[in-house]
Amino acid sequence: MSDPSRSRTAVDPEQGPTEKPVRGKRMAAPGTRTSEEKSTRRPAAGKADTTKVLAVPKGRTGAARVLLGRDAIMIYVLVVVVLYASIAIPRFASPVTVGFLLLDVIPTLLIALPMTLVIISGEIDLSVASIAGLTSALMGVLWQGGMPIALVLVICVLAGLVAGAFNGVLIAYLGLPSLAVTIGTLALFRGLALVVIGDNAVANFPPGLTSFFTSKIGGTGIPTVMIGVVVLIIAFAVVLHFTPFGRGLFALGYSREAATFVGIDVARSKFVLYLATGTVSALAGIYWTLRYSSARSDNASGLELAVIAAVLLGGVSIFGGKGSIPGVLAGVLLIGTINYALKLDRVSEVVLIIVTGSLLILSVVAPNIAAAVQRARHARQVRAAPLP
Amino acid sequence: MSLDRTVGAAPAHPTPGHSRPSALASFLRLRELPVILALVILVAVTAALNPLFLSEQGIKDLLLNATILMILAVGQTLVIITRNIDLSVGSILGLVAFGTGSIFVAAPNLPIIAVFVLGMLFGAVLGALNGLLITIAKVPALVITLGTLYIFRGINNAWAGGTQYFAGDRPEAFGNLSVDTILGFPVITLIAVVVVAIVAVYMLGTRPGRDLYAIGSDPDAARLFGIPVTRRVLLAFVVNGLLAGLAGVLYASRFNSVGATTGSGLELDVVAAAVVGGVAIFGGSGTVVGATIGALLLTTITSALTALRVDKFWQQAIVGILILAAVVIDRIASVRSARKLRIAEARNV
Repeated sequence: MSDPSRSRTAVDPEQGPTEKPVRGKRMAAPGTRTSEEKSTRRPAAGKADTTKVLAVPKGRTGAARVLLGRDAIMIYVLVVVVLYASIAIPRFASPVTVGFLLLDVIPTLLIALPMTLVIISGEIDLSVASIAGLTSALMGVLWQGGMPIALVLVICVLAGLVAGAFNGVLIAYLGLPSLAVTIGTLALFRGLALVVIGDNAVANFPPGLTSFFTSKIGGTGIPTVMIGVVVLIIAFAVVLHFTPFGRGLFALGYSREAATFVGIDVARSKFVLYLATGTVSALAGIYWTLRYSSARSDNASGLELAVIAAVLLGGVSIFGGKGSIPGVLAGVLLIGTINYALKLDRVSEVVLIIVTGSLLILSVVAPNIAAAVQRARHARQVRAAPLP
Repeated sequence: MSLDRTVGAAPAHPTPGHSRPSALASFLRLRELPVILALVILVAVTAALNPLFLSEQGIKDLLLNATILMILAVGQTLVIITRNIDLSVGSILGLVAFGTGSIFVAAPNLPIIAVFVLGMLFGAVLGALNGLLITIAKVPALVITLGTLYIFRGINNAWAGGTQYFAGDRPEAFGNLSVDTILGFPVITLIAVVVVAIVAVYMLGTRPGRDLYAIGSDPDAARLFGIPVTRRVLLAFVVNGLLAGLAGVLYASRFNSVGATTGSGLELDVVAAAVVGGVAIFGGSGTVVGATIGALLLTTITSALTALRVDKFWQQAIVGILILAAVVIDRIASVRSARKLRIAEARNV
């Protein structure tokens, strides 16, 4: 009984190379460095170079790896879209655009950061928008109760931390499936938001603070809050890409068992991630409240799916183990830019979600079809080649 | 991990060499037992404190509220059992409900049964679209159906715009489906019960039904075993779409207005109902009946809390706690059955 199964695993390494041509092919594309050229000519190069594939068994290296990776493609697409919009759509290229686009995109951008890490580690968090809503409700009630605003903000962030810890304990330490748990806490936290604030809305936040949250840096149109957001982006990028903890998350996403054997504390890593999503979701909730200067129980509802759509569009694999912060940034900004550009172009706002959905599907289906074509070609070549 | 799933999936089939467990024992090990108990206790306590809760009208409202979620949960169960998920059901329901409204306005004399068939076909086509994208392009269902959630909703928005169709636009006989009762049961609830019964028998007693469990337990093993995985998964999505279509038509009968946002946000409620009903989120175990009871429990809790004069703001929080409890119970049950299986196997050797 055991023999056939063993021989099957022995065949597996043979299947390894079938994946590799995809990488080899991209390396073989000669490197001209302008962005538009790259994104337009890649598909054509893919067809032309398949014959070389067998001769180049190694993956991409050095600059080619960075310049031809999926993240880079997302960034090229983003650049193309921004350039096109600036040329074709009147009034797009202005500081006003930059300001409103970024103000709209900040909540998604914020939550997308920890969400990237969570999805890379092979889990998911659907409760983020509810945590933001809960924070917003809490903020409204505490402020109306006469608490100083600084203390209110601290308590709100702590509430996010606690909410995240609750998710974290259930998922990391009790080993429950994150999808099911966070559907539960999605309802629970939104429910608590209702309990806290009910049908009321609190709007009389200190004008200094609310105007700060919509203020711009000089004449650039960039919102002042972006400074904080950029700091967070850098922090998350460094943690994910340049620390052992971050590398551990990729390992965790690929194989939980392997990660355990390598000495990664799986439970603790996951717990920390949920603390991060809770805290950042609370920040997003605070931002949401002050940006629209309104604390309501239904603030940010439905945001969880928008965030996940943006993260997946940014090249993070839903199975875990793959993804990067730059890619996700490009994904979030791409959706934001397209939506804003189409809005300026008088495309009805309700139709825009079709664009979001199509982009998401296209971004995952296209690479798979390309890979399937590659595999088919490779299989044909292997069959044609004489056996050693 | 996979061992405890197979046990959970087929509690009615003891391994050969063991004495057949008594009826009581197998009842006690039923996956649906906790949710059934919860429902019974909830109804009993509420009825004791507020007798009006179980009045004829009370029961009727209870069932009417649960009907649509019940049908959606049945479809979702099929998909979840194959280790997939369909987040687009709310959007499918919305599209079909609005389509139903438009059909009645465009062709008021169309027989009602034809409208049902058209609605279900429409839903099945949308479900097939999901299924084809998932099986042919081999992309995770979560991603595809998240995409189609937006696309279908966008189409619904573009189609409906600001238009809403009201009950007055539809024939009275159609609206009466959710008013008239047979033996105290509203007609649309009876439709749902029939659907549940058909699908439950199909899942228990037919080969394709059992195949869905096998696929969810271990897709690779199922493929090796010769199960046409692609076709079966596609089937699950088509049936789910069909049922979402049916739910859409019933929605148009039950509720006054259908428009651009009909059914939005419903998808997570549906998944929650299935999870509460003991359907494992990673596939391979759970039953249609369980999911139906889960849906009934989720909707009953809302009415029960109202009947008990609990602050309405607490309702959603309690639903959340319920879902978490279901997940925890499911986990405990599967850990226990895995341990039992290990002990049993050790003895067999």
